[in-house]
Amino acid sequence: MFSSNSGNTVIKSKLISRRMFLLSISKAVVVVGVLGRLISLQINESKKYKTLSDKNRFREWKLAPERGLIKDYFNNEIASNKQVYQIHLIPENTQSIEEVFFRLKSILNLTDKKIFSLKRKIAKQKPWEPIIISDNLNWSEFSRINLFLHELQGIEPIVSVARVYKDHSSAHVLGYVSQVSQKDLKTKKYLKDMAVPGIAVGKTGLERKLDEKIIGTVGFQRYEVNAYGKRIKQIKVDPGQSGQNFKTTLDLEVQKFTTEIIKDVAASVCVMDIYNGDIVSLVSSPVYDPNAFVHGIDKTYWDTLINNSKKPLINKAVAGLYPPGSTIKTLVALSALENKITRPLNTVKCTGKIELFGEKFHCWKKKGHGIVNMRSAIKRSCDVYFYEIARRLGVDRLSETAKKFGLGKKVLNNFAEERSGVVPSTAWKKKFIGQNWYLGETLHSGIGQGYFQSTPIQLCLMTAQIANGGFEIKPRIIFDKEKNNLKEYLKFKNENPGQPLPTDLLVSNFDLKPLFKNQENIKIIKDAMYSSSNEPGGTSYRSRLEDKRFTFAGKTGSSQIKKFTEAQREAEVKQESLKYKDRDHALFIAFAPFSDPKYAISVVVEHGGSGSKAAAPIAKKIIKKVLERHSLRESIYNLPGDSI
Amino acid sequence: MFQPRSIQSSLSFRDKIFSIDYILVFSILILGIVSMFAMYSTDGGEFKYHTESHILRFFVFFIMFFILSFVQIRFWHSTSYLIYTIFFFLLIGVKYFGLTSSGSQRWLYLYFMNLQPSELMKVGLILFLAKYYHRVSIENINKLRFLFLPIVVLIAPVLLVIMQPDLGTALLIASGGVIVAWLAGVRVKFFAYASLVFLTFLPIAISFLKPYQKARILTFLNPEKDPLGAGYQIIQSKIAIGSGGLFGKGFLNGSQSYLDYLPEKHTDFIFTLFSEEFGFAGSIFILVLYGIIISRIIKIGNITRSNFGKLYCYSFATAFFIYVVVNMGMVLGLLPIVGSPLPIMSYGGSSMMAIMFGLGVVMSCKVYKDAPVN
Repeated sequence: MFSSNSGNTVIKSKLISRRMFLLSISKAVVVVGVLGRLISLQINESKKYKTLSDKNRFREWKLAPERGLIKDYFNNEIASNKQVYQIHLIPENTQSIEEVFFRLKSILNLTDKKIFSLKRKIAKQKPWEPIIISDNLNWSEFSRINLFLHELQGIEPIVSVARVYKDHSSAHVLGYVSQVSQKDLKTKKYLKDMAVPGIAVGKTGLERKLDEKIIGTVGFQRYEVNAYGKRIKQIKVDPGQSGQNFKTTLDLEVQKFTTEIIKDVAASVCVMDIYNGDIVSLVSSPVYDPNAFVHGIDKTYWDTLINNSKKPLINKAVAGLYPPGSTIKTLVALSALENKITRPLNTVKCTGKIELFGEKFHCWKKKGHGIVNMRSAIKRSCDVYFYEIARRLGVDRLSETAKKFGLGKKVLNNFAEERSGVVPSTAWKKKFIGQNWYLGETLHSGIGQGYFQSTPIQLCLMTAQIANGGFEIKPRIIFDKEKNNLKEYLKFKNENPGQPLPTDLLVSNFDLKPLFKNQENIKIIKDAMYSSSNEPGGTSYRSRLEDKRFTFAGKTGSSQIKKFTEAQREAEVKQESLKYKDRDHALFIAFAPFSDPKYAISVVVEHGGSGSKAAAPIAKKIIKKVLERHSLRESIYNLPGDSI
Repeated sequence: MFQPRSIQSSLSFRDKIFSIDYILVFSILILGIVSMFAMYSTDGGEFKYHTESHILRFFVFFIMFFILSFVQIRFWHSTSYLIYTIFFFLLIGVKYFGLTSSGSQRWLYLYFMNLQPSELMKVGLILFLAKYYHRVSIENINKLRFLFLPIVVLIAPVLLVIMQPDLGTALLIASGGVIVAWLAGVRVKFFAYASLVFLTFLPIAISFLKPYQKARILTFLNPEKDPLGAGYQIIQSKIAIGSGGLFGKGFLNGSQSYLDYLPEKHTDFIFTLFSEEFGFAGSIFILVLYGIIISRIIKIGNITRSNFGKLYCYSFATAFFIYVVVNMGMVLGLLPIVGSPLPIMSYGGSSMMAIMFGLGVVMSCKVYKDAPVN
């Protein structure tokens, strides 16, 4: 069977060759296939694979930038940075996350809840991205971690920087920073590439308003890493840029002083330079500790803040809404003069109440003030006089003046928590309440009650614009050397007393916007305010400062929370005997010094009773303090090459 | 008609030296040297264990190849059954004494090296069947009883290797056997029947597969589905090759391999490493070298007078081609990862030994091209 005759062999050999030929054809096809694949991978798609290879090779770790500082007018830091000790965990570098947490639990005070939330966070992010286990350790905890570091795989002790507020007096103006929330990422576009563990964003106040500029630029470290995530070598480091520093117009010294004075009441104080709108002090009390938010607020502290009836978290100076009460009388009088409704010496007889439109309107003084003119009506804050004036003026003309002087709109730009308040008018009521205006409501508006709502900073602006002679100013809290046109105008006027140029031309030369028709009217109001504070019988006479350098002119106000019943009125119920929540808010506005006005102030004490008793004494102390520091403030301002 | 035996036997040593196919020898040598550079690169640009032992093995087996070239073709013919039988017993030995590594029992410990008999069987089966079909007369080839022995000698080692388990090598061994049968002239219908049977038993075979083997096949079908798991190797290999571009990242600069993204870069993925560092140009260079080697083997088959020599050379050339193509197809993501080394390039003594042994027999066909085998 195994034949090997020659013919057979030759036939077989030919068969083999034929079959080999067929095989060779299929080989060629396969080779073309392999070649095609090589061309497609290495030539056509090589760009794509190069990127993928680099993506493999390089890993970036982002570095949180240092937040910019916020300074006061005298370059004292009011929001600073401090070194903090943190521990980070890189999940990829651990053998067992459970084990690490178990060890950490015995070294630090980690709650199970915290560990649970950390684990959830780890599951969401890339395994090489660090997660912050604890962002503010004290030194003993930190050194203990370092001691046990060899048995804590994946744990990295980090010395970082975090926001710190050395004192709490400016808590509300500055606001606070805290960890980035999902909502922040959604609403704040500049945070798009800033998602770095440990970065804090401004949540309220200036921190929020300035956030985009003050937060800085994220840096990164780019490493070449191997397949196991081990860093092989550093390719590039960009340290990022720390945020811009900001200088404010605030005076830390005054802030502290004010805070101390009002620490026991729910109150707010606003002090403003009447010529350039620099806000010297803006305090709301009670204050809270903004540092508590930086590393995540403690639940018990949060609860005490939330449950405090004095509402420490609200910045009352810009977000507290109060009826202006009698402080509005300055504007009512001014509006009446400007609209030629009355003349300063025209009198009204106050008998304690008037009956109009079938309603009784009471003066705060049950017996009445007798015959009063404009000056004495402001001085003694006679309600009946202003009922009469308001009736003749009408709410719409009053509203026009009030708006001109800064009520009813936000004072500071983009201050997220600021509120605009209400200046009522017939059109406003129709639009927002859907009813026609009642004439009686005009009378309520005339004494700053009813629909009127204003913030302390608006009242301060109103006062400042009266005090500076009736020119518009734009309040500011960020220091700005420029835009002191009003001061320059006054300087020019003082240096050139014989200036023949008409006032309106001068005004336009200095880019000023007068709010008056006749500046004499402003002077009349200022004089009336002087009498209120410095002449016997004035509502704030008891709080006067007799030293000429400090003498101020002010106006008290008490805004009703609850209307008195007839019975209460008859019984002459005292504010102090009411429940805290039912007491009137006490207001006081003033400017000083009267002879050469420089600053305006507004003080609001929530449920303080009456302006003359609760608010004016506070204003008195602060005015003195601010004026004492005036020359210092001036000298700083004139320093050449003053850097921010 | 044949030259008298005396003439063949009287070939002087000088004649023998001159009848060596030096193009083939140099191609092998160049490929060997290229593989040393590649190995040096896998060691991170240092002479470490892999490089040193690869160089040593290459030269040892290259010398073995050279010596085997002078062994008479008659000897290979007469001992081929014996050789197959020895390899077969080695495979059985693996089953009882073999070393187990990463879940499969493939190696015999031989003091100086770990031998993987399944690699040797790749050549052993070809040798066996070449002799068998050399001896079967043409009219008997397609008779069923003459198909019985080839099927048995093919199935037996393949089953042993599958049980190790080593699916890739088993398939490569089987492919070598099938090729000899095909070249010998076994009718197409038998291959059709065989594939039919294979397809019928495939689902059953799959149920016997280890989970990781199943995963590999599924992964091949869709590697992106599980990029960090089973698809990792294919994806990383494609990234490495693709990122090499036209001229590559440069010697020792293959970031994918240097940073350990490439799995098994010494063995199955050596082409990937080379391709990453030397780009498309380098890939083509390797392909051309393999092309020369294979075409030289076929050429030797053409000039060898005996059908044993022809069958052996053609089959070995084709099997060699399959090894190359399967390995490249694998690293290029065209085939599932089955674990087959790239001849000569890959690290691995048994594979090197088997290939050099096979080439030695080829060269002996060249030297004794006119000699009858029996």
